[in-house]
Amino acid sequence: MAERILDVKNLEINFHTYAGDVKAIRDVSFHLDKGETLAIVGESGSGKSVTTKSLMGLLANNAEVVGGSVMYHGQDILKKSEKEMQNIRGKDIAMIFQDPMTSLDPTMKIGQQIAEPLMKHKKMEKKKAWAQALDILKLVGIVDPEKRINEYPHQFSGGMRQRIVIAIALVCYPEILIADEPTTALDVTIQAQILDLMKELQSKIETSIIFITHDLGVVAGMANRVAVMYAGKIVEYGTVDEIFYNPQHPYTWGLLNSMPTLSSTLLEAIPGTPPDLLDPPKGDAFAARSTYAMKIDVEQEPPFFKVSDTHYAATWLLHPDAPKVTPPTEIIRRQKLFAEMSVNKSVKA
Amino acid sequence: MEEKIKLNPDSFEALPKAEELDNEKIAAPSLTFVQDAWRRLKMNKGAFISLWIIVLMLIVAFGSSFFIDHDSLVKSAPNYANLPAKIPGVPINGFNGKLKVAGEWVDEYKQNNISSDKYFVLGTDYLGRSLAERIIYGTKVSLIVALVATFFDLTIGVAYGIISGWKGGRVDNVMQRIIEIISSVPSLVIVVLMLLVLKPGMTSIIAAIAISSWTTMARMIRAETLQLKSQEYVLAARSLGESAPKIAWKHLVPNLSSIIIIQTMYTIPTAIFFEAFLSFIGIGISAPETSLGVLLNDGQKNFQFLPYQMWYPAIVLCVLMIAFNLLGDGLRDAFDPKTRR
Amino acid sequence: MRKYLLKRVFYMVLTLFLVATITFFLMKLMPGTPYSNQEKMTPQQIQIMNEQYGLNKPIWLQYLIYLGGMLHGDLGTSFQYSNQPVSYLISSRIGASAQLGLQAMIFGVVIGIIIGSFAAINRNTWIDTLCTILSIIGKSVPNFVLAVLLQFYIALKLGWFPIADWGGFSYTVLPTIALGVGPLAETARFIRTGMVDVLNSDYIELARAKGLTKFGIVYHHALRNSLIPLVTLIGPYTVALMTGSMVIENIFSIPGIGEQFVKSITTNDYPTIMGVTMLFSAGLVVVILLTDIVYGIIDPRIRLSGNGD
Repeated sequence: MAERILDVKNLEINFHTYAGDVKAIRDVSFHLDKGETLAIVGESGSGKSVTTKSLMGLLANNAEVVGGSVMYHGQDILKKSEKEMQNIRGKDIAMIFQDPMTSLDPTMKIGQQIAEPLMKHKKMEKKKAWAQALDILKLVGIVDPEKRINEYPHQFSGGMRQRIVIAIALVCYPEILIADEPTTALDVTIQAQILDLMKELQSKIETSIIFITHDLGVVAGMANRVAVMYAGKIVEYGTVDEIFYNPQHPYTWGLLNSMPTLSSTLLEAIPGTPPDLLDPPKGDAFAARSTYAMKIDVEQEPPFFKVSDTHYAATWLLHPDAPKVTPPTEIIRRQKLFAEMSVNKSVKA
Repeated sequence: MEEKIKLNPDSFEALPKAEELDNEKIAAPSLTFVQDAWRRLKMNKGAFISLWIIVLMLIVAFGSSFFIDHDSLVKSAPNYANLPAKIPGVPINGFNGKLKVAGEWVDEYKQNNISSDKYFVLGTDYLGRSLAERIIYGTKVSLIVALVATFFDLTIGVAYGIISGWKGGRVDNVMQRIIEIISSVPSLVIVVLMLLVLKPGMTSIIAAIAISSWTTMARMIRAETLQLKSQEYVLAARSLGESAPKIAWKHLVPNLSSIIIIQTMYTIPTAIFFEAFLSFIGIGISAPETSLGVLLNDGQKNFQFLPYQMWYPAIVLCVLMIAFNLLGDGLRDAFDPKTRR
Repeated sequence: MRKYLLKRVFYMVLTLFLVATITFFLMKLMPGTPYSNQEKMTPQQIQIMNEQYGLNKPIWLQYLIYLGGMLHGDLGTSFQYSNQPVSYLISSRIGASAQLGLQAMIFGVVIGIIIGSFAAINRNTWIDTLCTILSIIGKSVPNFVLAVLLQFYIALKLGWFPIADWGGFSYTVLPTIALGVGPLAETARFIRTGMVDVLNSDYIELARAKGLTKFGIVYHHALRNSLIPLVTLIGPYTVALMTGSMVIENIFSIPGIGEQFVKSITTNDYPTIMGVTMLFSAGLVVVILLTDIVYGIIDPRIRLSGNGD
């Protein structure tokens, strides 16, 4: 087993608002191994971004960590002071943001923007930092970097800017890279380029990635493991194959069902909207939108049921007493493929 | 992990389907744009109090027309000259007819042999006229100047801005050059020149202020019109063959209304300031007419010995300015779509 | 860039020409004569005066002479102080006004930036509320009221500064404050709004994610981005300072242009009025051009498009 570098346990985060406390993150646990890519998937407002911002210590002022721990190198990040966090941010844990059009300072040369973390964390002087900035610009595939290092963000296209944002994040060779929907704001063709670049760089500088997205299609090619979030909780997690081909939670079914595939003829939307986290529903938060809801779903919260060593899902459907239900046809098709794959694997072995 | 699970025999029965779309219901009642802005304005305490202060001042200033007329106000009564404030039943020095002269509180009313039942709540000026009455009348004059000037500023600015933005092309270009030229002359210079040519007085001040200040409004309206022009609903109206004036009135003006209202709220205090400024340096409204600026000018001359004569009109002027500025800020926040979340 | 500059300079000259023309003819329309303030004069005396000032020539000739003189920096002769050229009157007084205006501008802008950014950084706290209240008051209290109060309470009662007149630096303190409070309040409001926007922007979050200190973020990223648009306000500030100087110089008896302007208005001294009008307009036009150029230099987004043509 690989070294475990980040361990999030029972994280709970509330937002204080005028209307009351929004329970944005409710008992979330996950971990990250060295060199792997973990994807956190969920629709807007499910708490993906809040989770990762808490890892960076970048939560908004009205957010409060109510409970839980985030262990990183044997220390709880949540207990660190702002000063201590400043030394971790950008150096050990770095972040790529969603919109490259707005995440670069319009009035600063990009060379300086890339050099800043080096000057802060490695105490480099400006000249040396710029030299290293030039190297990383080459690495992220900026053409003619000697000239462009002196340019300003508005002189770059969206895809190029995201490459620069990636360069800023990676310039200190961080252990963990958090990518918050890094391709959402980009054209589809550019998306693929950026994803390829991230994969390539990951192997070069040996970083672990937490990849946040609402787009399952992006996940398939990027991630080793996937955690599915809904209404501030993780509802299912497992390896990519397990989530894609042997999903157990009705919400994961819904997500997969709403994703276009080669064979699908009809995309099905998940009915309804996510629950109000000011007053989260009792039991399984997804019950109100699920066609498979059972009485116990609105009474008690489902625990995680083990599917395999790496695969857990929080749904009452996995309880031994639960009636067997028939998933949507697309899911049945996937599960059949999964069965074939595991047969193949065992044959090969 | 499973220790706290309590299962009932019917736990795994399917849930009836009916309640599933319950959470799509929108909780808050929908509000129109104006209702929403009004609700927001009410939440802004400073702006809301300012609104009431302004309403109160308007009522007092204009309501006074029935009680205070100009002719009796200009009559001087030398025996009452320079009396400090005396309010019935208020035994505080400074409001009981006493004035600090050389460090001592002296009852000026007694010294001047004025009958003890004579009261001037804010004292009198150097000609023995009630300061309270003059301030109320002066506020009225200042408000009239400001409101009328703002009205013209608004009419010219909005019309000019809409035409310039709507016509576009060469017309817009020429109109913008004109604005550029006008606004590169300090408005003060325009006002002064206007006042020199026209006969000094209320009308000239109104004209001068209106002529020098409409360019800001015109610029803002033009910029917004340019944006609105390419909006789908305006394009739709155009392609349906509606006439330009009708589109302007039905589609542009309502959408420009928030900008117009906010800008108006900022123009009024500017106009109040200008009137006071001009009268203060003696080229605006001048005695025997009264305005806040005239009162300040009168008061300033005796400030060293009779500070109340300047303090009272100054306070009224400042409160008026603060109220309009706060209300302007409040309206801006209430209407600004950027803060609408 | 050069083409743009040439175009701008052309419009400047055109503007000043129009101002000169309009001022000239307005002055001719003015009621009252320069002599109406003086003792009774005989018709002969008036005749002589008219000849001396060139007032007996046809108006169009007077206009041409006036324009021609202006090209040589000759603004005519003051009616008020006999035989004093207006250009001398102005040049002998411009120093005081310029110093006062510059001091007030620096005072207002610097303090305004400090207060505004302080409010934005501590947004929605009592500090923010205090700064907001102060700037509303600063915006609302007319500078001449403030000037009278400062003069009376600080200079006369406390004796900290001279009451009036013009001399060393101590003479400039109170007028500078009175004149600078308007720009100060405006700057504070402007910077607060701008910086709140900037602090909420994605690039500030990225700067935080880089591990920069709070000070580093404000100094290197937030301040620069919120200061750039402030340049556009220098034009309006200049207008406010010119206006303010008329009354502030009067209250503190400062021998400056503003005080002269008021004097010449009350004495119908047309040549001086026209001269000061031209001076104010020229000053404003130049300031606007300069701020546009400066804005283009310090904002990289505009700099590029400027090089484009």
